[in-house]
Amino acid sequence: MKKLLLGNAAVARGAYEAGVRVVASYPGTPSTEITEEIVKFDDIYAEWSPNEKVAAEVAIGASIGGARAMSCMKHVGLNVMADPVFTVSYTGVNGGLVFCVADDPGMHSSQNEQDSRHYAKASKIAMLEPADSSECKEFTKLAFELSEKMDTPFFIRLSTRVSHSQSMVEICDKENVELKPYEKNIGKYVMMPGNAIKRHVVVEERIKALKEFAETTELNTVEENNSKIGVISAGIAYMYAKEALGDKVDYLKLGMVYPLPEKKIKDFAAKYDKVFVIEELDPVIEDHCKALGIEVCGKDLFTLLGEYTPAMIKKAVLGIEPEACKAAEENIPVRPPVMCAGCPHRGAFYVLKKLGLTVSGDIGCYTLGATVPLQSVDTTICMGASVSAAHGMAKARGQEFNKKLVSVIGDSTFMHSGMTGLVDIVYNKGNNTVIILDNSITGMTGHQDNPTTGYTIRGEETKQVNLIELCRALGIDNITVCDPFDVKKFEKIVKEEVEREEPSVIISQRPCALLKTVKYTGHCKITDNCKNCKMCMKLGCPAITIKDDKVVIDASQCNGCGLCVNVCPFGAIEKEDN
Amino acid sequence: MTKNIMIVGVGGQGTLLASRILGNTVIEEGYDVKVSEVHGMSQRGGSVVTYVKYGEKVYSPIIDRGEADIILAFELLEAYRALPYLKKGGKLIVNTQSIDPMPVITGMAEYPKDIVKKLSAVVDTLPIDALKLAKEAGNMKAVNVVLIGVMAKSTDIPYENWIEIIKKTVPEKFLDVNLKAFDAGYNI
Repeated sequence: MKKLLLGNAAVARGAYEAGVRVVASYPGTPSTEITEEIVKFDDIYAEWSPNEKVAAEVAIGASIGGARAMSCMKHVGLNVMADPVFTVSYTGVNGGLVFCVADDPGMHSSQNEQDSRHYAKASKIAMLEPADSSECKEFTKLAFELSEKMDTPFFIRLSTRVSHSQSMVEICDKENVELKPYEKNIGKYVMMPGNAIKRHVVVEERIKALKEFAETTELNTVEENNSKIGVISAGIAYMYAKEALGDKVDYLKLGMVYPLPEKKIKDFAAKYDKVFVIEELDPVIEDHCKALGIEVCGKDLFTLLGEYTPAMIKKAVLGIEPEACKAAEENIPVRPPVMCAGCPHRGAFYVLKKLGLTVSGDIGCYTLGATVPLQSVDTTICMGASVSAAHGMAKARGQEFNKKLVSVIGDSTFMHSGMTGLVDIVYNKGNNTVIILDNSITGMTGHQDNPTTGYTIRGEETKQVNLIELCRALGIDNITVCDPFDVKKFEKIVKEEVEREEPSVIISQRPCALLKTVKYTGHCKITDNCKNCKMCMKLGCPAITIKDDKVVIDASQCNGCGLCVNVCPFGAIEKEDN
Repeated sequence: MTKNIMIVGVGGQGTLLASRILGNTVIEEGYDVKVSEVHGMSQRGGSVVTYVKYGEKVYSPIIDRGEADIILAFELLEAYRALPYLKKGGKLIVNTQSIDPMPVITGMAEYPKDIVKKLSAVVDTLPIDALKLAKEAGNMKAVNVVLIGVMAKSTDIPYENWIEIIKKTVPEKFLDVNLKAFDAGYNI
C-alpha cells in the first residue's frame, strides 16, 4: 500500500518498520513531527527529553541495552548533543542507533544555517541523506541495519523541504527485531583513556570499511543519459537538479554523504566535459572532489546561502533564464511572523519596553519580542543563553547596568538549558533578574509537553516540575509569580526586582492562547470614549489596526483576550460577546 | 505534464489543511504527488506558502516563479505577493479578505489599494468572499474548505472524489459544516 507522507512521518515509519523500541528527542523545527509520529505507534517507547543531549544519551543507553533506538533533533540541537555523539562513535552500538538531524537552509525557523554534514566527518559517524519521503523511510530502515552490522551509530540528515514535504511512501510491515542481549563490556563501553585509545583504532578501521561500502552501495547511484555534462548531488538539491535538468545531464546521486566514495566519484567525473556539484549550504561534496584532484563547478556558481530552486540550477547549468512573469507594480509590504492575538508574552514585552530595559532573549515564540513595534529583545543566541549571557553582561558592565537588565526565557527553554545559567548566577554572586515566560507549553514548535506541563509526550499525567520550588532549590530567594496581562502589577514587580541587589526570578504565568484548554470568548471593541491616543497600538496585536486614522479591532483576528482593555488609559475598549 | 498549485495565505488561516485535502485527493487519481508545507516560526501570523504538485512523476516539491497553474490565495495581499509565481494563462483564485501585516499596522507601510482590480487587469482572477460563505455554512473557520471547493471546480477531478477525501480528513464533528462550506465554494 502507498501513502502520502511527510518526510518526517516517513522517517518515523521507517524506524517503526525497523523495530525501533526507544525514541527520545527534544522538539525543534523542522524535526519535531518525527517524534510526534512515533507516538502514533503504541509499541514504541517515546519521550520528550529536557534537551537534545539528554535525548541522545537516552537513545545511547537504550542501544547499549540492546534495543534499536533513535534520537531526532534540528541542526542546532546537534550542537547541544555533540558531546555524547563524538564518544558513542568510539563505543559503537549494541542495538541499532540512529540520530536524525534536520537542517534548515533558508532559516524558516532557525537562528543559523549550519550544515550538519560537518558533524558526520568530525565525529566519524556515517551519514545518509534522503531526497524524498520514500527515501526517508528506506534510508532510516537501512541505517538501523547498517548500524548493527558495522557497530556504529548512523546519522540521517534531512533538510526542511525533505522534512516538510509530503510524497508517496510504500507502507510495509514491521520487522520482528528481538531485543539483543546486554553483556557487560568495559573495554567497549567505558571510555577512559586506556580503552578509548583502543576504540579509536576501531573507529579508523570502521571508516575504511564504510568508505569501501560507499563505493559499492546502491545508495550512491549513477544515472546515465548520454550527456557530456555530469552532475553530482544529494538530498533535496538532487530533486531540484532533476526537475531543472531532466535527462539533459548524467547524475551521480549520493545517498550516503559521509564517508563519500572516492573511486566512484573519480570514475564518474572522468567521463564528462564538465562536472557540476549541486549541494545546498557548504561545499562538502565539492571540497571532497577537489581534494581528489577533480575539477568541478560548485560554489563558484551556486550560493552558500539559503535554499536552492530548480530555476536557479537551470540558469547556472544550462544558461536558461526563466520567462519574465507578471509582478505587482508597487512595493508589497512584508508580512513577518508576529506573536498571535492573545499571546501571553505580549503583556510582558509591553511592560519591558515601557521600562526601557535591556532584554537578554532566548529561543521560542518570545523571540518575536524583538519585532516591531515591541522591539524589546536585545539579544538571541541559542537555547538558554538569555540567563547566562545576562550574567556576563552584568559582570562586564556592573550593577547600575544590571538594574536595567532582565533575561526572558520560556518554560521549556528554562528546563532545556536555562537552569544551569541560573545556578551560575547564584554561585557566582550575580544579581540578575530572570523572567520565566511560563505559557504552560513548548509553543513555537507546535505545542509539545515538557517537564513543567505535568504531561508526557503521550498525554499521560506525570510529576510536574514546580518552577518555584526548582528556582528556590537552585538558590533563588526572591521568586514572584505574576500574570503578564495584569500589566500594572507586572510593571511594579519588574521595577522592584531589577532594583534588588540579589538574584531574582519572576514567573510570568499565563497559558498560550492557542492551547485547547484556553477558552477566550467574544472579541474586544473600541468604544466612543476612544481619544485615538494609540496606546493599544503599542501592543503590536495583529487584531488592532488603523482604518481612516482611527483605531479599530478586526473581529476576525481578535480572540477576546482582553489585554488591550487593560492598557487603554481611557477605558475605551470593552469586551463584546460574539 | 506536472500540475502546480500554490496555496498562499496568512499563518493561522488553515492553508495546511487545504493542501492536505488537495494532496490526498490527487493521489486517488493515480498521480505522483508532492506537497510542500510550512511549519514553525513562519506559521505565526506570517506569510505562508504551500505547494501541491502532481503529475506522472514529480521531483521538486517547490514551485518556481512563473510555474503555478493555479494560485489559491486566502488573503488579498498574499495573492498580490504571489502573482509572479503564476504561469502565463494561469488562474488566480482569491479570497477578498484582507489582513493587515504588522508593517501596515505600525504605519511603516501602506496596504495596497484595489488589489482585485489590479490583479484582474493582468491575470485571470476569480475573487471570492470566502469569509461570508464560510459564515453562511456555519463556521467562519471553514474559509479554507470554501476555497478548496472553488478550486476543485477548476480541476478535472470529479466532485465525489473530493467529498470522499474531506470525509476522511476532517474530524467527524466538523464534517457537516465543512461539506456545506465545500459546496458553497464548488457551486460558485
